[in-house]
Amino acid sequence: MSLSEPSYTPKGRSLPQRQPIARAVDSVTFSIIAYAVVVGGIVWLAYSGAQAMGYNWQWYRIPQYFYSFTEDGFQWGEISVGLVKTLTLSSIAFALAVVMGLIVALLRLSGLVVCTAVSVAFLELIRNIPLLVLLYLFYYVLGPIFGFDRYWASILCLAVFHSVLISEIFRAGINAVAKGQWEAATSIGMSKGQAYRYIILPQSIRFMLPPMTGEVVHMVKSSAIVSVIAVAELTTIGRNIISETYMSFEVWFTIAAVYMVVTLILSVGVSFVERRYAVET
Amino acid sequence: MMGQPLEKFCRCLPCMPDSAPIITFDHVDKFYGDFHALKDISISVREGERMVVCGPSGSGKSTLIRCINGLEFHNSGVLTVDGVEVFEASKHIYRLRQEVGMVFQQFNLFPHLTVLENLTIGPIKVRKVSPPEAERTARKYLERVRIPEQADKYPSALSGGQQQRVAIARSLCMESRIMLFDEPTSALDPEMINEVLDVMVELADTGMTMVVVTHEMGFARKVADTMVFMDAGEIVETAPPDVFFTNPASARCRAFLDQILDHG
Ligand SMILES: Nc1ncnc2c1ncn2[C@@H]1O[C@H](COP(=O)(O)OP(=O)(O)O)[C@@H](O)[C@H]1O
Ligand SMILES: [Mg+2]
Repeated sequence: MSLSEPSYTPKGRSLPQRQPIARAVDSVTFSIIAYAVVVGGIVWLAYSGAQAMGYNWQWYRIPQYFYSFTEDGFQWGEISVGLVKTLTLSSIAFALAVVMGLIVALLRLSGLVVCTAVSVAFLELIRNIPLLVLLYLFYYVLGPIFGFDRYWASILCLAVFHSVLISEIFRAGINAVAKGQWEAATSIGMSKGQAYRYIILPQSIRFMLPPMTGEVVHMVKSSAIVSVIAVAELTTIGRNIISETYMSFEVWFTIAAVYMVVTLILSVGVSFVERRYAVET
Repeated sequence: MMGQPLEKFCRCLPCMPDSAPIITFDHVDKFYGDFHALKDISISVREGERMVVCGPSGSGKSTLIRCINGLEFHNSGVLTVDGVEVFEASKHIYRLRQEVGMVFQQFNLFPHLTVLENLTIGPIKVRKVSPPEAERTARKYLERVRIPEQADKYPSALSGGQQQRVAIARSLCMESRIMLFDEPTSALDPEMINEVLDVMVELADTGMTMVVVTHEMGFARKVADTMVFMDAGEIVETAPPDVFFTNPASARCRAFLDQILDHG
């Protein structure tokens, strides 16, 4: 209502404004320009360095690795196939990691000495082995013993490695739900399982979404490591193309850009979900 | 449990001196680590009785009522509620909690559920009532606490007084036979205290067994059958309100009453 009042003039002295420079530095436009300058600088440095080396750029040969039209019609290229492999690998591994992470977190929080000990032992074991070594363990040791191939070795390795990180996200999210929620759930006769399922976990999702996004992105990126056991995902494809064509600059720039586009899309997507959750509760 | 309808009817009378005890503390002690929070508590609450507990902060009032529904467990002595002994390993603890409603100082509504869902989740998931029936009951009690129009809102959209009334309705929906209140108006803005107390007075008039921790002495005078004063983990004084307010036996209780009644 006060908005529709005819031009109100404050009676008091108006306050001094911030320095124009400070305002400009704080603005969105400025951050976009700064970002563009940094990225542009890096690209320019790489380009001029390559030029100085007398590098022979062959960008025109890159698109065929995404898709091509031949006499057989439309065909996906190797990079596209590798990308799909990376995405399926990461999503299966992520789904497994979420399930394992939840179990580890619940064991840890169960309050039972045995369960806590088991989960802490698992956490410490996985956390203190480098990812690369873990991958070798799964491929060269556990693979032959339990009979799984390189594809499943890499999925299981990534799942186990990330389950540890995800269990910490679950634990923090569960602990962030107010203690009064447990008491209210308990006082209407809910068992611990019912309280988790209907009261605690739904509320902790809000706390867990931001770090989970980070974890999805992390998973897609760390899946690149499975190229050392030659699973045909994005990074392996990159290496293969280079060994045939020697276009290392173009290919690595392209592969990096593909990873970046995928992870950016994921981040934006999840931030939409987050906003929906924030409104609902 | 058998003659429940008749009992419910009888409970409409002001508390009968000869009704059976429904909560009994028999030499109960409670420790938090080394801290002695409840010291040799022996007291009983009869069916339909309204007991008001007061005392200085930290005297163990919350601990006392939280033991009744097993949110905390006592360390020795016998605590019996509705014929069932309360202890951590008891098989009956979940069933017992369904019989005992609790209203908290901070409301503790479920923020991710609408008001209606807050009221129905207990009956549906715990008591296995069918959803339509749970909803009917929920709407009945929302009517009773005078906020039927808020059913589809989320708790965060409600005022403190409305939230606390929803919390009371949530307990009522479980068809509890005993209601515990832990300082239900302490977190409320002054202008909202009465709307909650009014609902509690009405509830008392239905003959519900109530144990209320509060410093609202006007309310206590109106509904209490028994006043209890606690200090330092002990029950110092137990008396009917007329005696309690006019002629308390202990000096500690008198000093406490002087303090809180000072400002009217
Ligand atoms: N979970 C707990 N752990 C340790 N000490 C506690 C705990 N809960 C309460 N206490 C202590 O027990 C005493 C009684 O607490 P409480 O029953 O909450 O008192 P009141 O409700 O009368 O203020 C206080 O001194 C408090 O610090
Ligand atoms: Mg208290």
